[in-house]
Amino acid sequence: MAGSRIKLELSRVVQGESRLGVLKGLGRTGQHCLEVPGCLLYSHLGTVPHLTQDTLHTLKNIPAVTQVTLSSVAEHQEVLQEFKGGFKKFAGLHDTVVYCSLHDPAALCPPGYTTNKTVSVWGSGGRIELTVAKFMAIQKTIQPDWYQSMADGETWQSNTSRKRLRKSVDRTLAHLDECLTIHQNSQDLQGVEVFGVVEGGDILEERARSARETAKRPVAGFCLDGFQTGSMDQTLRTQLIKAIAKELPEDKPRLLQGVGRPDEVLACVEAGVDLFEGFFPFQVTERGCALSFSFDISLDPERAGRAPPAVLELNDDETCRAGEGQPNGEVTDGDQTQMTSFEINLKDKRYHDDFRPLVEGCGCYCCVNHQRAYLHHLLVTNELLAGVLLMIHNTAHYIGFFSTLREALANDKLDLLKRRQVILIATSFSVTVTPDGFESAALSHLGMESKHPRVKINMTLIWLQE
Amino acid sequence: MSLKKTLCVASPLTLRIVAECPVTKARACDLILPHSAVSTPVFMPVGTQGTLKGITVDQLDGLGCQICLGNTYHLGMRPGPDLIEKANGLHGFMNWKKNLLTDSGGFQMVSLVELSEVNEEGVKFKSPYDGKEILLSPEKSISIQNSLGSDIMMQLDDVVSSTVTGPRVEEAMHRSIRWLDRCIAANKNPDKQNLFAIIQGGLNADLRKACLDEMTQRNVPGFAIGGLSGGEEKDDFWRMVTLSTDHLPREKPRYLMGVGYAVDLVVCVALGCDMFDCVFPTRTARFGSALVPWGSLQVKHKQYAKDFQPIDPDCPCPTCKRHSRAYLHALFKSDTSAMHHITIHNIAYQLTLMRSVRQSIVDGRFPEFIRSFMKQMFPSPDQYPSWAVDALASVNVTLE
Repeated sequence: MAGSRIKLELSRVVQGESRLGVLKGLGRTGQHCLEVPGCLLYSHLGTVPHLTQDTLHTLKNIPAVTQVTLSSVAEHQEVLQEFKGGFKKFAGLHDTVVYCSLHDPAALCPPGYTTNKTVSVWGSGGRIELTVAKFMAIQKTIQPDWYQSMADGETWQSNTSRKRLRKSVDRTLAHLDECLTIHQNSQDLQGVEVFGVVEGGDILEERARSARETAKRPVAGFCLDGFQTGSMDQTLRTQLIKAIAKELPEDKPRLLQGVGRPDEVLACVEAGVDLFEGFFPFQVTERGCALSFSFDISLDPERAGRAPPAVLELNDDETCRAGEGQPNGEVTDGDQTQMTSFEINLKDKRYHDDFRPLVEGCGCYCCVNHQRAYLHHLLVTNELLAGVLLMIHNTAHYIGFFSTLREALANDKLDLLKRRQVILIATSFSVTVTPDGFESAALSHLGMESKHPRVKINMTLIWLQE
Repeated sequence: MSLKKTLCVASPLTLRIVAECPVTKARACDLILPHSAVSTPVFMPVGTQGTLKGITVDQLDGLGCQICLGNTYHLGMRPGPDLIEKANGLHGFMNWKKNLLTDSGGFQMVSLVELSEVNEEGVKFKSPYDGKEILLSPEKSISIQNSLGSDIMMQLDDVVSSTVTGPRVEEAMHRSIRWLDRCIAANKNPDKQNLFAIIQGGLNADLRKACLDEMTQRNVPGFAIGGLSGGEEKDDFWRMVTLSTDHLPREKPRYLMGVGYAVDLVVCVALGCDMFDCVFPTRTARFGSALVPWGSLQVKHKQYAKDFQPIDPDCPCPTCKRHSRAYLHALFKSDTSAMHHITIHNIAYQLTLMRSVRQSIVDGRFPEFIRSFMKQMFPSPDQYPSWAVDALASVNVTLE
């Protein structure tokens, strides 16, 4: 596939790792672009969960790329075949770039169903087994703008054997080669881009090998698989991604699968990731929560050490969370469905008569038109509108976070953004941890090597307030 | 001094009759309410708990809705009148800028009959959420509705299922009159909120007539026809409707409660009704049933999996402009938004139907409209429901 139309134009590379730029030449006519670091628009069968096109378009700066998953589309292969016009037209989508991934990042697959020649996805009617031939046949009916090649990524569980990890790398490379052969001989897939998938679990050598080999193939970019939230801690993830990045060409994009939490996003950007799947706002919505973490970096740096209002509020939320019987303690890397410190739980009684918007200053439809008390009521009464409004807000907030992330990279303010994240993480530690414990635990969580004096002061302040 | 008083207490409701059908009893009116004008005949979507299920107020406004419903019993339980009052009434709480009509909680006496007990004081409900007992009296219902701040409030009536017969029906009718008087006395905001009476009497013409005679003596801005649309025979249903409109004042709006099927709407407009509400269009939407001029379409059925047409090619709603039956069929397996698409379409269908009805009355061609509507809805004249044929005949419209 000589001369891929997708071009990554980097404007900055910070400390040899974090990249800032624009992914250009997206879409059939090459007219779309996506700023990186950036996120994709998460969808169920092309629809952003809970939203119609009208409610979706209340959002500004919608990501230019919509992610569609084979797990939602595969069962409709026959319908798409008869339709003949491709998935975008079938779904009545707006003018967007369609990227087709194998799995849904918000839905973990049961392990044990991959073979040498097949992987499986789960649709509404059950398991669908895919050979490369079937995989490619479906891609032809979907006609995406770009897709990830078929991959064996069943390695996100801890304690996967070295042998199994090696197999996942080998199989994935074999699948890629087969995909590319079919792709190059297919008229239907002219102009469609393919991303290779880097596997290898938690073994550095396998990761490097997978990256090195995949980079030899004519792919337009790279998906990094097996790093899903919960599969490993951030330190290891950072280490492995850095090792992978060394083997990959600088001018092709890297898409990290299954990672969406803001603190993990930050750390992974620093390790060299360009694109993220945008499923985190959906997960927050499903648990009746609203993203509320502050990412405002326009503060006077001298004041950055003092706990801003957003953090104090988070403090209150943490104490109430304890009252609900949830573990008041570790920032869990585990269960993706568990509430994080980046959100408020609107079902809580405290919001019953809170007439403020979800987030002060947020310009989304929900915050402009509605109040926390109303969202609380909708959640308590199980009303469908809760999902609609929360999805709008959470998506807007997340898009805003990425925008700020890019701004921070452009203006050398990444540290400021990280500091805000550290404050957030610190507040969710148990009160019995000493101030020193706060600091070192928090810093190591983010993979920060140096101790920053201002951060320490801030921790002490919080401690005293307790 | 008294002149000044009269000028200050403006009526929160004005009905302007724009056209009257010379053949049937139908009217087209402009109903001026505190938040906006409403064109009648009108279908009012139901947003029971301060929301239309899955639809934003902007979407509802975009469909041309000028008035929708909230429910006193449900909102009185959660989140409660005090909270809503703090939020600037139900309008403020849900951020709906047009009109609201609140039902009194009376219907829940029938729909939640296992949980309720009626006496002269009021209705005792056992809350399904915490087992607490609450007494919904006329005073309490009006007090809640005053806090909700709806443009139209309904009296608390003693509601009996339309399939009940015997002395209970008469008891309920008389009690509803007494409760109407208590409601009128309890209304704190007569200058901002309109209290409608509800005619009861079951399927008994004498009882209905007695109720009409009494209630029309009260100075209320509008009347509802209640106690129907509950499973009774359609032959009895239409006769009670037309009896009621025969004896209701011309210059006040007539609200037929709980009516929402397309055929029922068209016939009851011909019988003289102006306003309607029903959960059916929005509820059936969530089950994948899309309303169309020729009946309904079960989008979830296999036959639509490869049907690439919109639900109704002639429908201008956002759903039909963008999506096919096949996509919606597939979407039902993937995301809740499928329900929202159908809900929007069904509301659009209902509102468009009423708009067409109104226009035909204004243009003086309502009987022709009825005939062509029935032709579209039923495959052949021998399939026309006999009750509809009879009802229309009673107002001088003969179908083939």
